[in-house]
Amino acid sequence: MNFATFVTMTVDGLAQGAAISAFALALVLIWRAARVVNFAQGAMAAASAYIAVTVIQHTGSFWLGLAAALISGAIFGVFVESSVMRFASHTAPLNAVILALGSTFIIQGALGAIYGPDLRDPGNPFSHAYRMVAGVGLPSDLNIFTFVSVALMVVGLVLLFGKTKLGLRLRASAFAPEVSRLLGINVSFMRTVGWALAATAGALAAEVILPTQLGVNPNAMDGVFVTAFTAAVLGGLDSPIGAVVGGMILGLVLNYVTGFVNPVAPPVATLVVLLLVLLVRPNGIFAGVKERHV
Amino acid sequence: MTAMASAGTDATQSPSAPTILDVRGLTAGYGGAPVLQNVDLVVPTGSITAVLGANGAGKTTLLRALSGLIKVTEGEVLLDGQSLRGVAVEQLVRLGMAHVPEGRGVVAELTVDENLRLGGLFRRDNADVARAIDEVYQLFEPLARRRTYPGHQLSGGERQMLALGRALVGRPRLLLLDEPSLGLAPRVTAQIMALLRQLRDRINLTVLLVEQNVRSALSVADQGMVMSLGRVVVNAPAAKLRNDENLRHTYLGF
Repeated sequence: MNFATFVTMTVDGLAQGAAISAFALALVLIWRAARVVNFAQGAMAAASAYIAVTVIQHTGSFWLGLAAALISGAIFGVFVESSVMRFASHTAPLNAVILALGSTFIIQGALGAIYGPDLRDPGNPFSHAYRMVAGVGLPSDLNIFTFVSVALMVVGLVLLFGKTKLGLRLRASAFAPEVSRLLGINVSFMRTVGWALAATAGALAAEVILPTQLGVNPNAMDGVFVTAFTAAVLGGLDSPIGAVVGGMILGLVLNYVTGFVNPVAPPVATLVVLLLVLLVRPNGIFAGVKERHV
Repeated sequence: MTAMASAGTDATQSPSAPTILDVRGLTAGYGGAPVLQNVDLVVPTGSITAVLGANGAGKTTLLRALSGLIKVTEGEVLLDGQSLRGVAVEQLVRLGMAHVPEGRGVVAELTVDENLRLGGLFRRDNADVARAIDEVYQLFEPLARRRTYPGHQLSGGERQMLALGRALVGRPRLLLLDEPSLGLAPRVTAQIMALLRQLRDRINLTVLLVEQNVRSALSVADQGMVMSLGRVVVNAPAAKLRNDENLRHTYLGF
């Protein structure tokens, strides 16, 4: 292990971390809006990745495909929320989990039926090759695309939540639904908007993660779900910033484990991290003061 | 409070004062046995009505039923003569009704400024919302010094000011106030009661005031209503409740 390899591994870890962050953000946004861990997020993201594949095939434009993925992601979010998740009982949290898992099977089954069992090329044009400078591998085009797109999304979300009236409505609805209703906010619409935003983030995550994997298939995002869920828990599940930082940390850890320990160890490492967080700091590293008044 | 005062009218109660809220035979509950039974209440515009009674008498439930937070099974609520049946909770602020819930309802994760802005989100007149927020800061000095503090860092008194101020940003005509004195020092409670009287006199605000603190509620109220086990047992002018020893002993325990 020399310095150059270490740098390359760090760069790659951060890029992987950014991708994990995007997916973790999807989970956190829904958790904040609806107090549900969206187990269907992986299947929903895979569905929007297939849409992107189709659009790229027909138009030849990756950017149109990316736009289609993001837009269809938002639409899937609205659809899953308004047709299934809205009806989950709020008194029995397990119901929502089972509905989300059921949605996963339906979406994955439908994708398999429509697109067949073959792996599809996600159609991402960016090169995986590292820039070699004096023997040190610096970020590849794909790494840079990942950093930039995820950063743009995070900045967009920060501005949306922090600077707009819609953002204020979204936050108030998430923290204090009943008070928000009394103040005239349509909380159930805000929940739908939350699902749309989250699923858009999930769709972007698929667009930056799948190019590094074997290809698009209905189950392609399942493994990432576990990693992203761990990142979200690491960040406190309630904190978008926590999700981003949790994702970056996890991306680095997993890449170092791949390099220093064993290339097949990361899935186990993910679970070890999840276990450690739940044992040592169950509220996540970003748990703030939580005093609720509803 | 100059702008708020500009809308002020004569506050003396005349028999012909128009009715803002008319509750007829209201029965409501949380599923199972009704908590409120056949409640009648007439609230004249520009008055303060104290809703009194022991713990569990149904006072908070009454406010929640008026706001549509719990289901009304029988009876009717009229606001300005219009039935509220089928009107969504979210619409009530637009009709001029503000509800400050028990436990104050400050969003602990949001700043003082954000909480106040929430109170005006439903309004289109942004300039007047900004004016109303400035007025609240003038009214409650401590809040002005803590604009960027999150709600959970405020004291109990400050939270009550914030919840009340946030309701005022919506420029309501009818204010439902649930236990504003809860956990507050007597001095702060007295300030809040004085403010309610001021708002009634200056802008003709109507207040439905749920209180455990009978003395301070009756000190500002025009009329009082005593509830017991979900029913109205006494409905009388506040002066009568204050002075009639018999009534006080029987229903208010002092």
